[in-house]
Amino acid sequence: MSILVDRSTRVICQGITGGAGSFHTDQCLLYGTQFVGGVTPKKGGMMWKGEKSGRELPVFNTVAEAVRATGATASMVFVPPAGAADAIMEAADAGIRLIVAITEGIPVLDMAKAKRFLKSFPGVRLIGPNCPGIITPGQCKIGIMPGPIHKPCGPNERGVGVISRSGTLTYEAVFQLTALGLPQTTCVGIGGDPVIGTTQIELLELFENDPQTEAILLIGEIGGTAEEQAAEYVARHVKKPVAAFIAGQTAPPGKRMGHAGAIISGGSGKAQDKIAALQKAGIEVAPTPADMGLAVQKALAKKK
Amino acid sequence: MKVHEYQAKELLAAAGAPIPRHIVCKTVQDVATAFDQLAEGRGVMVKAQIHAGGRGAGQLVGYPEKLGGVKFCATQEKARAVAEAMLQHPLKTLQTGPQGQPVRTLLVQADAEPAQEFYVAVVFDRSQGVPLLMASAAGGMDIEKVAHETPEKILKVPFAPETGLLPFQARRMAYELGFTPEQAPVAEKIMLALAQVYLQKDATLAEVNPLAVTKTGAVVVLDAKIDFDDNALFRHPDIAALRDEGEENPAEVRAAKAHLNFIQLDGTIGCLVNGAGLAMATMDIINYHGQAKGVGPANFLDVGGSVTPQGAVEAFRIILSDPKVKGILVNVFGGIASCATIAEALVKAGKEVGFRVPVVVRLEGNEVEKARAILAAAAADLPTLKSAPDLTSAAKMIVELSQ
Repeated sequence: MSILVDRSTRVICQGITGGAGSFHTDQCLLYGTQFVGGVTPKKGGMMWKGEKSGRELPVFNTVAEAVRATGATASMVFVPPAGAADAIMEAADAGIRLIVAITEGIPVLDMAKAKRFLKSFPGVRLIGPNCPGIITPGQCKIGIMPGPIHKPCGPNERGVGVISRSGTLTYEAVFQLTALGLPQTTCVGIGGDPVIGTTQIELLELFENDPQTEAILLIGEIGGTAEEQAAEYVARHVKKPVAAFIAGQTAPPGKRMGHAGAIISGGSGKAQDKIAALQKAGIEVAPTPADMGLAVQKALAKKK
Repeated sequence: MKVHEYQAKELLAAAGAPIPRHIVCKTVQDVATAFDQLAEGRGVMVKAQIHAGGRGAGQLVGYPEKLGGVKFCATQEKARAVAEAMLQHPLKTLQTGPQGQPVRTLLVQADAEPAQEFYVAVVFDRSQGVPLLMASAAGGMDIEKVAHETPEKILKVPFAPETGLLPFQARRMAYELGFTPEQAPVAEKIMLALAQVYLQKDATLAEVNPLAVTKTGAVVVLDAKIDFDDNALFRHPDIAALRDEGEENPAEVRAAKAHLNFIQLDGTIGCLVNGAGLAMATMDIINYHGQAKGVGPANFLDVGGSVTPQGAVEAFRIILSDPKVKGILVNVFGGIASCATIAEALVKAGKEVGFRVPVVVRLEGNEVEKARAILAAAAADLPTLKSAPDLTSAAKMIVELSQ
């Protein structure tokens, strides 16, 4: 088991003919993801070819067409910022169930409207935007993360579920887990923007209910109060061991630290408050980014 | 992106909000002329235009008397003297740092002495994912303090981004704040203008503080602040044109031009990292191992997904332009790109820039052994460059070497 994606997931790429969309579709194919097509308006009818994989995929003008022709249920969005929110809404309207938006730099109000639009499509899930994507190691990778650092769960083996607001910091965490021999069930980059599709709480619930997931690693950062809410949720509803790390303990207030959502404003969003809330909920918080894997080990040991 | 008070007020005025008459001035002579036009026998307010808040309670650095960035002037002579002082001394506020911010522009404003002060703002409510009108009858003062100590004094109305703030929502807010039936329609107008500018121009914060009822009974925007979403500037050339680079940190402006995410901090260890989360975490681990020795990060720097020789050259130059920097920690997680390519880029950049301080490099990921060999081979050319086996030892090494 895993959450949200596995080897049967049929995926298209919106923005497949662009540089990044093309490169990463190719990388995902090499990893084994079942990509079945792509969408680029005005380029419908052509065949896309992966440079390294050599695989060919049909390109469509609209997501609706792509879904009809391929039966895709998931989409990886690489559309540039100005059109990305529209691409997300198009995917939902066309019947895509899982939308993974990689694009960075979408205006906040565009995402606010897109997220409200998605409310009329129950069962449609958006991951991101401004995220590395989602991976179930050994089965399905939809995103830009390096595949080989992950460790798939063997048959009857349990693993760690990873939830993160960041990209390379997630790779760092996964690398540490793999080095400690801890396999991962699914790793989800939820995105660094102020408005994101899937929240930490929703994923905590999915991992709590996934029998293969043994422990959860939550990687947060400054800005907003999502980690405080997640901590409260863990205290009430999560029985599995949870470890966490919060980036930005040394970030000054009022400055946006790279991610649009990583800003301490009006006295809220501080790392110290998040860490205190997580610890109060019994979560093992790593003191430094070098200790994320160890924190998971400690959390596992405590529950045994 | 931030703009000046006068720019924020003019945007609100264009959306229908009443503002006191004002003239934007660059010289003492401009101020004298503006005084004659606006004083009407009473006097004017002279207001320093810098992006930082807390101007009224601030102090001009090096000026012998107590004088901040906002001053009422009853005579033209006084206005001239105040203008001269403000244009010649940097203004220090709680938000500027001890060196203060040079004042290049002054706003001369018709007298509008407040009898009552309110706070109104539109902010983004992250947990609900919608804009929020926030208001308080305890205006003029530090709203964060009000929010912290007496949260019940702050009224909140979320509104839909598709419809904008509705007239009834503004009306209800105006009456709940205690405006009289004569004043309420004007207060409503100001709130609707705030919401309109916020939505139409992609603001992240639109604030009027104070919204004043003057001693003569007028309801006006006395001070305003608007921040804009950098990611939406591509569709607002009029807003992008309001950027005042002179108000921004020069190193940060330079980095932005090279597509580097850079923020200046107070410490002595420069950081060069790929990815924003890892960059923050790298600052944190330097602090963790260095704090007791008084060592901390000198900057936040995210070079983005891929490390190129050109990007690394500019990144090292920007870090080294800070004389406080006594060491640099490079922390790169090579995901899909090979660490060897990254190591080559770093060595090339090092040879071009020249490292005057110790540099510790921690690479991890794809082809890391090859990368370490490349760094080791460059030791003769780059004697201050050291390779670290892992993140913890990298942080400890740079703290040690910088002392």
